[in-house]
Amino acid sequence: MEKIITKNLNLFYGGFHALKGINCHVKAGRITAIIGPSGCGKSTLLRVFNRMNDLIEGVRTEGEVLIDGENILNGKADLVVLRKKVGMVFQRPNPFPLSIYENIIFGEKIHGEKIKRDKLNDIVETSLKSVLLWDELKDRLNIPALRLSLEQRQRLCIARLIAIKPEVLLMDEPCSALDPQATQRIEELMRELKHNYTIIIVTHNMQQAARVSDDTGFMLLGELIEFGRTEEMFTAPHDLRTEDYITGRYG
Amino acid sequence: MERHVDQELKGLKDDILKMGALAEEAIYRSVEALKSRDKELAQGVIDDDSNIDKLELAVDEKCIDLIARYQPMAGDLRFITTGMKINGELERIADIAVDIAQRTLELVDKPLLKPLVDIPRLTAVAQSMVKMAIDSFVNGDIELAKKVLMSDPQANQLRDLIHKELVEDYMLKDSSTAPRAVQLILIARFLERICDHTTNIAEDVIYMVQAEVVKHHPEKLK
Repeated sequence: MEKIITKNLNLFYGGFHALKGINCHVKAGRITAIIGPSGCGKSTLLRVFNRMNDLIEGVRTEGEVLIDGENILNGKADLVVLRKKVGMVFQRPNPFPLSIYENIIFGEKIHGEKIKRDKLNDIVETSLKSVLLWDELKDRLNIPALRLSLEQRQRLCIARLIAIKPEVLLMDEPCSALDPQATQRIEELMRELKHNYTIIIVTHNMQQAARVSDDTGFMLLGELIEFGRTEEMFTAPHDLRTEDYITGRYG
Repeated sequence: MERHVDQELKGLKDDILKMGALAEEAIYRSVEALKSRDKELAQGVIDDDSNIDKLELAVDEKCIDLIARYQPMAGDLRFITTGMKINGELERIADIAVDIAQRTLELVDKPLLKPLVDIPRLTAVAQSMVKMAIDSFVNGDIELAKKVLMSDPQANQLRDLIHKELVEDYMLKDSSTAPRAVQLILIARFLERICDHTTNIAEDVIYMVQAEVVKHHPEKLK
């Protein structure tokens, strides 16, 4: 089932045409990777899905982005609801300078009404369990999140998203600050999470895209050159530009 | 832009080409030994096979090394994995040349059963298919690969013809010819097996070039 559909999506930063006529179908319950050289528009595309680009001055979008059939680009879209439904994990883990516990319930406090302590405890436990941090942190929930390792912080950021029950997880280079072992563990986590969430990951690491994703899109100079099943993309791409990029001939 | 891996891939292609040349030479020498009843030449094919075995291992090792170090993708990945498979096919072809040489050693001390007519014809078909298969790999030439596949029925027909003649005209009429006739039937069978290996190479080349699996899907060739 398609979770996100873009129809002739164009995005301009002032006079710069950053996304050019993007048409793609992101399926639910799968991991979709977006790859491409620096400046190709992959992070811009990711940020369209929860309208993070709105924060940048002079941004203009055309076309449609349908999430569950509703166009999120029209003026009626509720951004608070959208960003709760479509959460984002960034390159460097960015927990708040609060305790682990406070980090997890932060979203609930912002989005929700007054919630009882028991309910908050449940949310913290469920969220940390879903990112496989509960066992190691359950007795230290009040320590500052900034004392955690980079990998733990990234897991915590994912747990913080999960706490507000999103449907789509956007991940912008989520492992670029992590060592290979931590990267492997985050990738394992992504495979676990995909059963319940639609995940879109932007990555420079092609091996990571090949390992972890089900579908892959290749972008170049603002265009989506090719989009399809990952196994096909990395063994038999259709477009010569994709072939050149993934075999290191680009540039 | 020339990549470092391009040099490595070129080295791999050269090694596979060398495997092909050694396999071609082994077939030529084994059949020459049969035709000229040359024991020494036949023994040479058997003795030299270890060089081909060593090269096969070296090529496999190089392929694994390239995969481990470069994590190749797309065309590079297909080239290396196909190269590995073709390497194995060429080694098997060389082994069959050894089989022919061993049958030849069985025959040379016995009187000639009949002048060899169809076995040299089948040999020519096999040699041509081996050459075309190797060239199709080296040049990524799909049309040549398809020509290899189209040549296979001719090899099968010649094998059947040789088999029929030796059974009906010799073995059934005079059972004392059976030991020699059986050796020739085996040789025909070996030559036809060489042709089968070249069709495997051709199918691999088609996958390497256009990422289409034609193995077990003959309808895709039409």
